[in-house]
Amino acid sequence: MKFSFSPKWLILLAVCLFVTITSGYFFTKRSETGGGAMPLPPIVDYNFHIRPILSDKCFACHGPDKNTREAALRLDTKEGAYQALVETAGMHAIVPGHPDRSEAYRRIISEDESVRMPPVSSNLALTDYEVKLIERWIQQGAEYKPHWAFVPPEKIGIPNAHKSDWPINEIDHFVLAKMDMVGLAPNPEAEKHHLLRRLSLDLTGLPPTEEQLGRFLADKSVAAYEKIVDELLALPTYGERMAMHWLDVARYADSYGYQDDDIRTQWPWRDWVIHAFNQNMPYDRFVTWQLAGDMLPDATKEQLLASAFNRNHKITEEGGVIEEEYRVAYAIDKTNTFSKGILGITMECAQCHDHKYDPFSQKNYFELYAFFNNSLEKGLEGLVNSGPSKTPRLTLTQQDVAGILDFINKGDDTSAVSVSVMGERDEVRPTYILDRGVYDAPTERVYPGTPAAILAFDSTRYAPNRLGLATWAFSNENPLTARVLVNQLWAMVFGQGMVTTVADFGNQGALPSHPELLDWLAADFRDNGWDVKRLMKQFVMSATYRQSSRVTDKHLKADPENRYLARTRRLRLSAEAIRDLALASSGLLNPEIGGPSVKPYQPEGIWEVTSSGRGALTNYVQDHGGALYRRGMYVFIKLTVPPPNMLIFDASNRDMCEVARQRTNTPLQALVMLNDPVILEASRVLAAVLLKTSPRAKPRQHIERAFRRILSRPGSDQELALLDAYYTDELKRYTASPDAAQAFIAIGEAPQESTVPVVEQAALMAVMHALYNLEETITRT
Amino acid sequence: MKTDDMIEKELAQARLYQNRRQFLSRLSIGIGSAALGSLLIPDLFSGSGTKEELLSRLPHFAPKAKRVIYLFQSGGVSQLESFDPKPKLREMMGQDLPESIRGGQRLTGMTAGQANFPLVGSYYDFAQYGKSGAWVSAVFPHMAKIVDDLCIIRSLHTDAINHDPAITFFQTGAQQGNRPSMGAWLSYGLGSENQNLPAFCVLVSKGKGNGQGVYAKLWTNGFLDSVHQGVQFMGGPDPVLYLGNPAGTDKVSRRAMLDKLAELNLLQFDAFGDPEIAAKVQQYEMAYRMQTSVPEVTDLSKEPDHIVKLYGPDCLVPGTYAANCLLARKLSENGVRFVQLYHQGWDQHDNLPGQMALQAKDVDQASAALVTDLKQRGLLDETLVVWGGEFGRTNYCQGRLEHNNYGRDHHPRCFSVWMAGGGVKPGIVYGETDEFGYNIVKNPVHVHDFHATMLYQLGLDHEKLTYRHLGRRYRLTDVAGAVVNDILA
Repeated sequence: MKFSFSPKWLILLAVCLFVTITSGYFFTKRSETGGGAMPLPPIVDYNFHIRPILSDKCFACHGPDKNTREAALRLDTKEGAYQALVETAGMHAIVPGHPDRSEAYRRIISEDESVRMPPVSSNLALTDYEVKLIERWIQQGAEYKPHWAFVPPEKIGIPNAHKSDWPINEIDHFVLAKMDMVGLAPNPEAEKHHLLRRLSLDLTGLPPTEEQLGRFLADKSVAAYEKIVDELLALPTYGERMAMHWLDVARYADSYGYQDDDIRTQWPWRDWVIHAFNQNMPYDRFVTWQLAGDMLPDATKEQLLASAFNRNHKITEEGGVIEEEYRVAYAIDKTNTFSKGILGITMECAQCHDHKYDPFSQKNYFELYAFFNNSLEKGLEGLVNSGPSKTPRLTLTQQDVAGILDFINKGDDTSAVSVSVMGERDEVRPTYILDRGVYDAPTERVYPGTPAAILAFDSTRYAPNRLGLATWAFSNENPLTARVLVNQLWAMVFGQGMVTTVADFGNQGALPSHPELLDWLAADFRDNGWDVKRLMKQFVMSATYRQSSRVTDKHLKADPENRYLARTRRLRLSAEAIRDLALASSGLLNPEIGGPSVKPYQPEGIWEVTSSGRGALTNYVQDHGGALYRRGMYVFIKLTVPPPNMLIFDASNRDMCEVARQRTNTPLQALVMLNDPVILEASRVLAAVLLKTSPRAKPRQHIERAFRRILSRPGSDQELALLDAYYTDELKRYTASPDAAQAFIAIGEAPQESTVPVVEQAALMAVMHALYNLEETITRT
Repeated sequence: MKTDDMIEKELAQARLYQNRRQFLSRLSIGIGSAALGSLLIPDLFSGSGTKEELLSRLPHFAPKAKRVIYLFQSGGVSQLESFDPKPKLREMMGQDLPESIRGGQRLTGMTAGQANFPLVGSYYDFAQYGKSGAWVSAVFPHMAKIVDDLCIIRSLHTDAINHDPAITFFQTGAQQGNRPSMGAWLSYGLGSENQNLPAFCVLVSKGKGNGQGVYAKLWTNGFLDSVHQGVQFMGGPDPVLYLGNPAGTDKVSRRAMLDKLAELNLLQFDAFGDPEIAAKVQQYEMAYRMQTSVPEVTDLSKEPDHIVKLYGPDCLVPGTYAANCLLARKLSENGVRFVQLYHQGWDQHDNLPGQMALQAKDVDQASAALVTDLKQRGLLDETLVVWGGEFGRTNYCQGRLEHNNYGRDHHPRCFSVWMAGGGVKPGIVYGETDEFGYNIVKNPVHVHDFHATMLYQLGLDHEKLTYRHLGRRYRLTDVAGAVVNDILA
């Protein structure tokens, strides 16, 4: 492969190279760039150096929002910045080549507080470094460029500068080129058992089975890795894992969300999402059906079901609300979900006023909103207890589910289930700009459209409705759709996006760490039929992905955030994956896919104390039997009181579209791992299984096996000795107090193993409990 | 006011904590003995904390208050039966609300269809109390006795007319959307005063009146780090979820387990060098300390008789409003930054006279007791206590007006709340409504103004306490709000 960069990125690369080498960071936090000694880049680039400063510090008053624009000056466009100032005759804000004649620059450096910019009252200030950057940029001609993310991605040449046999696929060439620039080298490949656990958690959300582990470790062939990747990608648990991300984007929940917060049945849509991922439905079709399944010619029930995506938002059943206020709120939610989840832009800022940082006007917002403003739904259809779906609804009978919709898991229930879906009015409801975004303040009439800064909506090519919008989103010229999904999935696998602000590709968003790679992957994804499995395989096949996660002092010094990917980032597992890991490794997991959500153990009283007392969800009625051991993604989400053990581990509260979760580390998480019955029950059951299957084995052998099941690796001698000693201590304690042993193993509803001695079981259970509480256990290493 | 030197010093200190290797060297001194600045020190391990971010949450002014206890009366307490007497309404009983007074106010779907809007006066009599001579209705005999400690605001107003958006607005500064709650903002802005308790605690109780539920989203961290999420304290055996050790274990065996875990985790740390591993060990230590500190602080059984008498006998019944008030004092006394109580049941669309009496009986004595108790402990000066709901109620009757029975719909244009302590002027009544109790005629206080004032008392400038999320800086007060200087001592 030839080393060639498009001219577009060439200059960028040059400037980035300089910044990275001199600072050690590709993207230093703006307010930290004040460090006195940092030299200026030889070529100052608008996109990478200047726009972030202007956007953050100037655009709020001199940007796209005409209503808050001061002195009729805008600095976000070349025309605005170069033209003669309205308020200062004969002067121009920016005169290319002449900082001294540029009024904007003069005001920035002014000692006089009454004229200095930004004004003191804004609580904003430029650092010396930022001022010098602006000075040099003006000296060099003050060249403006279009925002990188609004230019369609193209596939450019793959760098191959480094004579290395490290790269496996295209990703690695880009990553290695960047590492070369900053003087980092890739970590060695991770150990095989770590690789398998990593793959299995990333692709299925579950740890590998003992059988998989044994087979993979034994397979010394070159093809072993790819073989296991293909195997994992083909498992039905792959669809579940991918769906977990999409349920956050689609703010899926099992209740209506407002006030009385009664039950609703959107779960058949969730089953469809799992099915779609498992069928490897191309992303363009996947999204088109969800945006406009109901509008496709001769729409099938499956396509109609997919359109439930746009009905997952909260729906009020509060008596006395003004219908129109809520009908508008629903259309706004749909607009925001589309722009954030699929386009990766923060359109909601333009709901009340022109966007302050991005070139989106309030008019643009309501043009986009117009696509979602023609739905048949009502603002208030009925009060609490009026049913688990709202008009328009899709009713799914036993017959439907026996046919093509057999992925819907109705279990033994033969009654029909209904889902809120989309439906379009025959007569177009006129859309108006709403003053300050308020439902009862319509002003100018607008028509369906998209922001020209992204890609103007060509009404000769696209129908002015949701179906047209979907076609627009997947046109080859659309600059965002492919990049945004590639980045979302990249963040899922690599721990953070190449664009760290996964939901914001606008001016205020972060710049990509690997712009050429992101573009290459986006174009490749688009040009290869939006094939999601193929993309996931590209990620995990790369040498980048396979690196060890060992962190060195050099890493911590040069790249603490791992922007350059010279190691694999250790990641704390998601709330769902933590639960799944405990269930799977103990053998408790019920692998059933889909169906109505379940209500496992939950601390007493938390629904009751907050409930209005109306509706089906007033009291938490816990399930029993197999339902207790379903995967975390099937745990019932009551929006006003989401499952606390999940929220504590940063699960989305599903209140609105969320594209990337936080990953925090708190004492409440420790309390969940120590005291949540699900973890204790898994510990008990695993101890019983080990003792029952090998009654004559030594404690140390049980512990060895538990290592393989929970951590997918052998324990070291030191670890085994520590835990063996712990077992002995606990055995002593429980021998002295058999009642305590009995009480300890009484946890959970899974049947007790009566053939296993109580005291030994309690002692081994304590060891299992310790294993579940290791940092490594809930971490993808 | 902080000097630049002080700010620089605090920044240096904050950076010190962020230096992971320094942190590790502290850890190596001995597990369990490493003292962190705070239990939930913001962003300690998340690696963020630029100068801008740190500056945004340093105290901006010398604070008057250190802590807040918010007694939220969920459902919308009627101002007309509590703190804002309107004799005119009794005079005009049954007459229609003049259109000139209503002035195009939008109505909820519950009364928008009513043919007429008959005015109705308070079922309860009002009298003046204390040196300040503030008017209080007969349903609140205990609060009446402490009016000289209260700053009663009669001119609160809000944007929303339904419960969910109105309560969400009061809690987060926005009607819709996943924004941080005020307690989360204070946790973010000021951190915790106590290493062993969360900075933001939530207590929920239910009254006998018509309730509308409360929602976990009301104490959400929104886009802030989840360490700022409100921690709900419950009346049951586990005062904090998942706090209690499982049966068959005890403190000694738990300690032994944590010691083993720390040894095993450090082996991993040696192999992988990831600072998160060390951070995890610290969080387990903190959890362990909470297991001692939380039961201590929530144990009300050792309160002396005179305290029980002050709050009333209900204060020994876990989960009641009175018990929550007493617990709030204990949490606050122990340095919890923001204690948020919710008492449900104030939505009197009908049967107001009967329901309101029951609701008042639940909260009157304990609310007054809390103020008195803080005062006698010398804590009232540094603790801001707030009492009030999400909106007021209409001056006209909802449904049929009967002799001695009526209901009132939601009213956003004026309602009453009171504040006490925390550097707010005691013994004053602020703001004025018209003789119909429908519109504000003097000194309106919007919810955003109220938030700005509360933050100001805690030393925070509501325009500077910002958090950058999705490309913009967010504030509790959104883009509005002004400090109500008139009520500050």
